[in-house]
Amino acid sequence: MSNVQNSKFRAQGVDWASTFFTGLTAAATVFILTILAAIVGNILINGWESFSWRFLTGSADKDMFDPQKAGVLPMVIGTALRVLLMTVVVVPIGVITAIYLTEYAHSTALTTRIIRGAVNNLAGVPSIVFGLFGLGFFISFIGRGLDAGAVEPHWGKPAILWASLTLAVMTLPLVIVATEESLRAIAPGLREASLALGATKLETILKIVLPEALPGILTGGILAVGRAGGEVAPILFTGAAYYMRDLPHSLTDQFMDLGYHVFILSTQSPNIEQTRPILFATVLALLLLTLTLNLAAVLVRAKIRAKMRSAH
Amino acid sequence: MAAFSPAQVTLNTAAPAADAGAPLIQTEALNLHYGPARALKDISITIGERHVTAFIGPSGCGKSTFLRCFNRMNDLIDSVRITGAVKIGGQDIHSPDVDVIELRKRIGMVFQKSNPFPKSIYENIAYGLKLHGMKSRSDLDAAVEQSLRSAALWDEVKDRLNASALGLSGGQQQRLCIARAIAIKPEIILMDEPASALDPIATAKIEELILELKKDFTIVIVTHNMQQAARISDRTAFFYLGELIEFDTTTKIFTNPAKKQTEDYVTGRFG
Repeated sequence: MSNVQNSKFRAQGVDWASTFFTGLTAAATVFILTILAAIVGNILINGWESFSWRFLTGSADKDMFDPQKAGVLPMVIGTALRVLLMTVVVVPIGVITAIYLTEYAHSTALTTRIIRGAVNNLAGVPSIVFGLFGLGFFISFIGRGLDAGAVEPHWGKPAILWASLTLAVMTLPLVIVATEESLRAIAPGLREASLALGATKLETILKIVLPEALPGILTGGILAVGRAGGEVAPILFTGAAYYMRDLPHSLTDQFMDLGYHVFILSTQSPNIEQTRPILFATVLALLLLTLTLNLAAVLVRAKIRAKMRSAH
Repeated sequence: MAAFSPAQVTLNTAAPAADAGAPLIQTEALNLHYGPARALKDISITIGERHVTAFIGPSGCGKSTFLRCFNRMNDLIDSVRITGAVKIGGQDIHSPDVDVIELRKRIGMVFQKSNPFPKSIYENIAYGLKLHGMKSRSDLDAAVEQSLRSAALWDEVKDRLNASALGLSGGQQQRLCIARAIAIKPEIILMDEPASALDPIATAKIEELILELKKDFTIVIVTHNMQQAARISDRTAFFYLGELIEFDTTTKIFTNPAKKQTEDYVTGRFG
């Protein structure tokens, strides 16, 4: 009797498969964290000694490989500007495209499937190809077209505008996909409720759908900023300068860039040992800048979410 | 309950069509296809003004689809094709000169799942009013209060009009949706199983409200709950597999239906 009762619920021994799998997932997580810690730790340890307020706010010196004189302020400003400029372009275009795809297009129509396919393919194009595209399309085609007849090229040369537009094209899929997901997550009942009250489709989108999708749209923006912040290849031919004495003061100026500067420091230095500390410090500045831009966007999103939860 | 009292039964069966009301909604040979599937088959019905008309029938019989023909909500579905006529106040609502926005202003709708906007209680009601041009704050305040009073919700929410509508209980949310619908003063209110997700107490409140609203509005309600149809409606239409089987006074449908299928359904033998 008691034997039957006991045998019913007693474990048959250790479930090795489950234990192994639990261990495996934990190990994979630890592995990822270790790599991240190694990268960040390495940069912090090696970059810390040269990373000073003077370095961060100093202007670039002609002798950019000298740790005593090197400053990265123009690169910080250049990178921040091109990221902001890109955001201003990519978010509206991406959001409008996502609205078309989710709210207007017939989901099974051939054109919709072609657009979706194009967006997915765009996400898979290597960034150097975007750089070449920017050179060919924005500078040679549009820029030269605007310059037609002029002696000195004004538009048809590398510029922060073209670099930002190239980055915007590159990050477009991130914004489109994130926005589409947040639009699809909105209960269809909300749209119906608005339409049944006699709202037009446009009123429904502007007043009900978009406010609800705002956090998702910001997520798209955050992903775009994160992706574009450290990219070098797309701006290589489209706007980044090796060295400039002045900051860019118009859209057609070139700019210095942190990521590109890392590339210069690591490949062009006559004395690698001497340059190494500022190389790490520059990488650290790039990480901090990207982190700051992301953090700002995350904070804005958190604020909007909190506001939505309390509804005014 | 009243519908089952013997006196009433005798009264209504004696004069079944006497209380049809002035015709407000009419359909003529209405057919609706979802792609190749025919969901509504040759439905002709006349619904009277200031009546509560209930649509009953088993799931998938087309009663919700039919309800959504009246404010052209089926326009939103790409594959839907409609033939035949739907007339509201004599006007064919599919005629090209009909503005669907104006149509939906005149015909409010309450959905099965309460769907308040993720805004404040006040903004939920003010939304439709603002859409249709009401701007002055005092007009809005008055209209919001009046709608909430009509929906028997005012006393429960008057101190938290600026709180999120999502913080209300299910029954309160549904009454808010009713308040939102009546705020823009429609003539007709379509209700698609408005109480199916609510507990009995909240359901009773909604039913009480419907009987109250009947004085000012024409109400068409889809319901799965036959007791509900019997309690609140003047006339009942029984649908089965996309066809209108029988349409008569509620008393007649529930006590002495003409068709065998109706009798089987209302007595619970199938469905």
